[in-house]
Amino acid sequence: MAMTDRIREAISSQGRLRTPVSELADDDDLYRHGLTSHATVGLMLELEDQFGVEFPDAYLVKATFESVSSIADALTKLGAAEA
Amino acid sequence: MAGEGGSAATGSCASRHGTSSSTLGRLRCGIDLVRVADVAECVARYGERYLRRVYTEREMRDCFGPAAGVVLQRLAARFAAKEAAFKVLEVDREPPAWTDVEVRRLPSGACALELRGRARALADEQGLGELAVSLTHEGDVALAVSVACVAGQEPGESRDWSVRRWQ
Repeated sequence: MAMTDRIREAISSQGRLRTPVSELADDDDLYRHGLTSHATVGLMLELEDQFGVEFPDAYLVKATFESVSSIADALTKLGAAEA
Repeated sequence: MAGEGGSAATGSCASRHGTSSSTLGRLRCGIDLVRVADVAECVARYGERYLRRVYTEREMRDCFGPAAGVVLQRLAARFAAKEAAFKVLEVDREPPAWTDVEVRRLPSGACALELRGRARALADEQGLGELAVSLTHEGDVALAVSVACVAGQEPGESRDWSVRRWQ
């Protein structure tokens, strides 16, 4: 499964968006679609579980989690496997 | 609403920074609201990993007291307080950890914020003194407000302060 599909699964599980993630483009702003501050924590922990990484404090900014693409960029920097 | 006490901050912008209107600092305010059910799900799903990532030992001791029924509400209120403080701190590219902002419950019943690490550094850099906080929770909702006074002039308006603002 592609990294972006796995990210979408994590968002679907923990993001609590108003819009189904399947209707969003990779660059759509997740915060505009209902991602809250606390849901970001759940999403971060779910991504850590799914990709076997740990987000350092420096990554805990809105820019990291604002879209499927930005999450994929962060995971790639953290060394997450593509599939 | 089941508040956990108001702010323990003392003094005002005027009393700290002079009484002339020209020397009054500007106020900063942050607010955050958290659904208790969301906290419950994170505790159930991620357990200790969630708790240790977000809350300090002291906060967990304060929350896991004899009144077990309000544990999740207290955790939710503390998370809201941390996010409210981040908004006051105008967190940018070097964000604090959630545990750098600690909610302390005082003997009076009021709550206060203890800043450490990056959060303390941000407050000092921006001339913020104490961050006052007030927490409340009712049913499935917890809310916190934080206020601080900026000494002197605010930094330039062009500052990029959007990154840690989740919403």
